[in-house]
Amino acid sequence: MLRFLLEKEFKQIFRNPFLLKLLVIMPLMVIVVFPYVTNQEVRNVKLSIVDNDHSPASNRLIQKAASSSCFQLTDVSSTYDEALRNLELGESDIILEIPRNFEWDLKRNEKAKVMISANSVNGTQGGLGSQYLSFIVTDYGNEFREQENPVNLSAADIPIFQTDMIYRFNPSLDYKVFMIPGLIVVLVTLLCCALTALNIVGEKESGTIEQINVTPVPKSLFIIAKLMPNWIIGFLALAFGMIFAWLIHGLVPEGNLFTVFVFSALYILAMSGMGMVISNYSNTMQQAMFIMFFFLIIMMLTCGLFTPLNSMPEWMQIITKVNPVLYFVEVIRLIYLKGSTLNELVPNLLWLCGFTIVFNVWAVISYKKSA
Amino acid sequence: MENEVIHTEQLTKCFGSFTAVDHISFDVKHGEIFGFLGANGAGKTTAMRMLCGLSHPTSGKGNVAGFDIATQGEEIKKHIGYMSQKFSLYEDLKVWENLRLFGGIYGMTTKDIARKTDEMLEYLGFEAERNTFVSALPLGWKQKLAFSVSILHEPKVVFLDEPTGGVDPVTRRQFWELIYHAADRGITVFVTTHYMDEAEYCDRVSIMVDGRIEALDTPDSLKAKYHAETMNDVFQQLARKAVRQAD
Repeated sequence: MLRFLLEKEFKQIFRNPFLLKLLVIMPLMVIVVFPYVTNQEVRNVKLSIVDNDHSPASNRLIQKAASSSCFQLTDVSSTYDEALRNLELGESDIILEIPRNFEWDLKRNEKAKVMISANSVNGTQGGLGSQYLSFIVTDYGNEFREQENPVNLSAADIPIFQTDMIYRFNPSLDYKVFMIPGLIVVLVTLLCCALTALNIVGEKESGTIEQINVTPVPKSLFIIAKLMPNWIIGFLALAFGMIFAWLIHGLVPEGNLFTVFVFSALYILAMSGMGMVISNYSNTMQQAMFIMFFFLIIMMLTCGLFTPLNSMPEWMQIITKVNPVLYFVEVIRLIYLKGSTLNELVPNLLWLCGFTIVFNVWAVISYKKSA
Repeated sequence: MENEVIHTEQLTKCFGSFTAVDHISFDVKHGEIFGFLGANGAGKTTAMRMLCGLSHPTSGKGNVAGFDIATQGEEIKKHIGYMSQKFSLYEDLKVWENLRLFGGIYGMTTKDIARKTDEMLEYLGFEAERNTFVSALPLGWKQKLAFSVSILHEPKVVFLDEPTGGVDPVTRRQFWELIYHAADRGITVFVTTHYMDEAEYCDRVSIMVDGRIEALDTPDSLKAKYHAETMNDVFQQLARKAVRQAD
């Protein structure tokens, strides 16, 4: 009986032209375009400078700041109020105010104050921008002292620490290397969950489920027949994603391909099961879509892909433990960047097994052949 | 009791405070064409869904093909065919693929399915449409195909829910020839309809009003009892008593 059901599902899926397009366009979008969009580097922050000193020292600071790739000097105002107005108008993002007597203070007291005000409506930009700017100012201070007072510096200064950092597994701290494995997960998740969530409910809408429900087909067989094609589609999506990551971004897993497949096989089943559960509780495709996106958004935001989990409140960290996406993102990143082996990832394997079983058993139970 | 394919006693279905089917009791004999009439919203479809194991009865008893409808729904499903009011074959599958799917689900072998498919398509004059997508068929043909699918596995009873709704008179006539042909082969036919000329074709009919069975007999006896010329008059007299709003 399963044979006939599978035949039907496969025919239906591969006769759906929309789906085949989706299978190509989604990986293109998510793997080729998204990595540029999810760029978390701060660049081209619009800098406004208020120079109250007009000295050679202040000029050199301005030049140094303006020549940084982070900043784009868009405005030189004569008063702070004027600069603030520009900031409010959105013409600049950050203000550097150099006080009167800046050079004099610097020479006499070997210290001077500047003020940085950043528009923090965009928190990342404001935070990172002001951090970069204060690096530049500090750096400038050191340079200045070295030039003006080289002897004094070596003699009297407190010891200077120099920290060298080595970023293991992603030496250049390339955000793409970090994001792409995660985006492969996003791709597989979206495609698997969306397709299955729409599958059973689609049959409800067209009325064909009624004809199935009046036959003696066992619930579990029906669900398995629905899962299998989605499983293969999930693998196709994964393959497309990995191929694009390799072709476009030159990224290949450090670890074993087989390990990737083992985890993907489980994860795709788990997410398809989740889609199926949503489908069983929905009466229309619209309803299924909304429910699915509600859960997907939460799962995406709490999977550690875009924001580090450690900075979340503790209660949230506990909740994230039941997020299947989290385990898979972690696994794919570890395999891609660190080359972790199956043995090292056993806890994740067990978690994913658990999700697969829970979701799919739930899918069979929640599929009601009679009301 | 051997001769009864469907037997119900005080069968009731409530949705909240609304009683859709109100203590109905009737029997359908083997090989009979049983017409199940009633206005829209009288409870026909609900009653039929209970008999098919698609809906659990709130109270009362029922037997279909020797199995209890409350507890042996899945057993019943092996021995019945069902054609719902709304066309529900797969539109994105071809004619032969639909036949193959449902044959397979009922446990027929590939060989049996192929043989039955050939027979059925020949009988219907559908050979040319074997490879046509079901979505491309006209409504009348779709209904004939749906009926053929529902009796492909030679069930004991076939339930037809308004099978000829929206179908032209010529095709309706042909459809009833299919029904007779099935009944001749010993398949009991349980059919709902709104066409009173079709009611005349039935061996016995019941008329449901507001969830209850108001009349049950052969068309001729009913006409005599209500002093009516046609089944239409009988139906009008009974249905007018309804207090429930039609949907």
